[in-house]
Amino acid sequence: MATHTATLAKTGVQISSTRRIVMGVIFLALAAVIWFYFGQGMNPELVTTFGLNSAGSSIMLPDWVFNTLNTLNLLAGVSAALGAFQLARGFGKSTNLVLGLVVAFFLFAFLSWAAAGASLNLAGLLRTTLQRAVPITLGALSGILCERAGVVNIAIEGMMLAGAMVSALVASLFNNWVGLLAGIGIGAVLALIHGVLSIKYKADQIVSGTVINIFSTGMTSFISAKFLQKYQELNNPAIFAPIEIPLLSKIPFIGPILFTHNLFMYGMFILLFVLQFALFYTRWGLRMRSVGEHPKAADTLGINVIRTRYMAVTLGGMMAGFAGAYFTLGSVGRFDEVMTAGRGFIGLAAMIFGNWNPFGAFGAGLLFGFADMLASRLAILGVRIPSEFLLMAPYIATMIVLAGVVGRSQAPAADGKPYDKE
Amino acid sequence: MAPVLELRGITKRFPGVLANDRIDLTLNAGEVHALLGENGAGKSTLMNILYGLYKPDEGEIIVKGQKLEMQSPTDAIRAGIGMVHQHFMLIPVFTVTENVMLGDETTKLGGVLDRAAAAKRIREISEAYQLAVDPDAYVSDLPVGVQQRVEIIKLLYRNADILILDEPTAVLTPQEADEFFKILKTLTERGKSIIFISHKLREVLEIANRITAIRLGKVVGSTTPKQANETKLASMMVGRPVDLKLDKKPAKPGAVQLKVEDLVVADDRNHVTVDGVSFDLHKGEVLGIAGVQGNGQTELVEAITGLRDPIGGRITLGDGVDITRAHPREFTELGSAHIPEDRQLDGLVLSFPVADNLVLNTYYNRPFAKGIMLQEDAIYEQADRLIAEFDIRTPNAETSVGSLSGGNQQKVIVARELSRPGSLVVASQPTRGLDVGSIEYIHGKLLEKRDEGVAVLLVSSELDEIMQLSDRIAVMYRGKIVDIVDAKTTDKTKVGLLMAGVRDKARS
Repeated sequence: MATHTATLAKTGVQISSTRRIVMGVIFLALAAVIWFYFGQGMNPELVTTFGLNSAGSSIMLPDWVFNTLNTLNLLAGVSAALGAFQLARGFGKSTNLVLGLVVAFFLFAFLSWAAAGASLNLAGLLRTTLQRAVPITLGALSGILCERAGVVNIAIEGMMLAGAMVSALVASLFNNWVGLLAGIGIGAVLALIHGVLSIKYKADQIVSGTVINIFSTGMTSFISAKFLQKYQELNNPAIFAPIEIPLLSKIPFIGPILFTHNLFMYGMFILLFVLQFALFYTRWGLRMRSVGEHPKAADTLGINVIRTRYMAVTLGGMMAGFAGAYFTLGSVGRFDEVMTAGRGFIGLAAMIFGNWNPFGAFGAGLLFGFADMLASRLAILGVRIPSEFLLMAPYIATMIVLAGVVGRSQAPAADGKPYDKE
Repeated sequence: MAPVLELRGITKRFPGVLANDRIDLTLNAGEVHALLGENGAGKSTLMNILYGLYKPDEGEIIVKGQKLEMQSPTDAIRAGIGMVHQHFMLIPVFTVTENVMLGDETTKLGGVLDRAAAAKRIREISEAYQLAVDPDAYVSDLPVGVQQRVEIIKLLYRNADILILDEPTAVLTPQEADEFFKILKTLTERGKSIIFISHKLREVLEIANRITAIRLGKVVGSTTPKQANETKLASMMVGRPVDLKLDKKPAKPGAVQLKVEDLVVADDRNHVTVDGVSFDLHKGEVLGIAGVQGNGQTELVEAITGLRDPIGGRITLGDGVDITRAHPREFTELGSAHIPEDRQLDGLVLSFPVADNLVLNTYYNRPFAKGIMLQEDAIYEQADRLIAEFDIRTPNAETSVGSLSGGNQQKVIVARELSRPGSLVVASQPTRGLDVGSIEYIHGKLLEKRDEGVAVLLVSSELDEIMQLSDRIAVMYRGKIVDIVDAKTTDKTKVGLLMAGVRDKARS
């Protein structure tokens, strides 16, 4: 018996060596891009200047100045070394960690190259990245709530849009808090519709979600054109004021990046940690995941599958409504037609990229937020790469993830399947 | 002594079917009561009623002297009833502890799971009942036998004393089944009462204290192992005398028709599941591939029939044609037939009429098609002929296959595959889930083909089927063929040991 296990184990390794090699090649390719594309033709005299102070910094830090070419060569060298080791031996379980490191090196090299001979406010970039990540991460958390219970929700975009519109309207009429609650409420209502269609009537969940997206786009655009643009006072909410967290916001560099935002940023972090903990360490999470993995098994143990799914979808809708309110009450201070611009779908991509884990989704949200930020900033720096291409980059990464290169992402087993008792 | 459980006049109607018709059943403390019946006889419906998954239309359930009104499994669990389903109700991506505690979680303040406490309880149960299992292991990593232990621990964790076991041995090797019977003995010694559902006569005779047979939703008889034997039980179950022995003429093997050399195949998750398999299949013989489900048989058949590309090795037909990476259509056109493992998923298009299903792999040939046009007349003519010849019980050829019974669905596949002239038949689990009548019929057809000089590769996890039909038996274990033995000179014990991967003992 022992010999059988041994041979099987050996062949198992041979198979997964494909992944090891692909990873190694990716590392080397990134190193090569740093070396050749960024490094070649670079004037060795050039220096990169990174500003370390962002809006609201109370302690001013000196700029970070370094020689661009040396840094690029160093980063390329380290990445290449990691790639070579990956090809020869492999990092085993920490492969994904090393991948994260190499990607971080690459992004840093990219920024250094883009800012060669010029100055770039690194702290400001990171702060904006974080802000751009908020709606994407919240959208991903909404998706995680629904899909971990086995209901596919592609209507997050529509729920966000409705949340954005309703919260702006209600906040203009009453105050921001009522507006926020109304935004969360409309998300819940749309989610309930999705729930009734897909849980009770077992309709195709993609169709149901699409219908809600189309309805939401049409309805908000109609109300916007008909009322909000005519009566400006209906579309004039205040933005939630930033709250500086005492002490924490005074930490040099990190403080202003992390602790000088308004309630949406802190809300996202709280929800992120709460959901991660609740999903994997509480009875609530265990039951919800069981319903998403094997509803029949959950049913035989006395867990109410239908109720659990309604609960999860409604919470997911509320999360999407909250994400929508961010646009009007947390960022712009006004509702514009189709202002969510696909962030809900990007949230879903972040959910998949993050393997249906809140923390993973936040990581993906940061990556997407970073690309979003770069696309608008780099145009100003005059970088030769078109900003549209930068916007594409994260989705190319998502496709690579979906193809299973970076370890297969594993959807809940009963995701999207209506539960039938028979 | 008063029974721990009494079912009185349980009746359950589904649209068009009377699934349970005034069924009475009693269970005494510490006994194993076997419920015997064919697939579709109503055993599972009855047990699902007892477990609170269905509501009966009439009748009452009395547990320990108290009438029980059940709304959901929660009520059954509270009354001390536990059930191990035929298809395990385990979540592969959860650990053993998570699976066991689900629905009855040990928690700390605020609903936070206390995994350590639950794992401790599982270890206690596992020691007390000799059900060895690692609470921290993921269920997907466990062999089926261990998964079954987890299912039983799940019941004991909830302090169930009435255990319903639905076809528990279907996935076990004979040796594992023997182990399992020992576990059942331990359980009954400690006062647990067991309802044991099965259609395997030998097992029922071995383990039960009492036997009740169900046919077409009715109790048709009760007996004890002392008063019964296999033939008696079989005719009780089927409702007519059944000949358990097949009329099998000696084989006249001819030239090699299928040659498999060093075949390596991986499954969807890229795990190697067929690991260097070689064998020859001769014309006019049945080669049985025995083995517990999930030891690579599925992938082996898929590789041979062209559904899955192997990683390495060679597959050739008798005349030297290499079919290692052949398309399924090439495989068919070379005169080979395939009866797939999952008839509903791979064998039929359930929403299509019987007639169309009968030409699924020949529809593009004359006379069924001319150019791009299907010839309905020819298709229906052939359908009527096959329906008569293969005794397919269907209202007509236009009925959708999905509305036929399992046995008749399988007959549609058998008719399609065996009515074509050919020299090779690959039959994978050809009688799974069928009633005794259909099994007899399909076995007869396969032997008929063999006697015509066709090479038959039979893959089955039912050891009885393998023993009855095969001329030679190849036993698969963990992706390898442990041994190929002559069916005439071997017995169940030896093959059973091989199925568990034990080679040397089987030899001696």
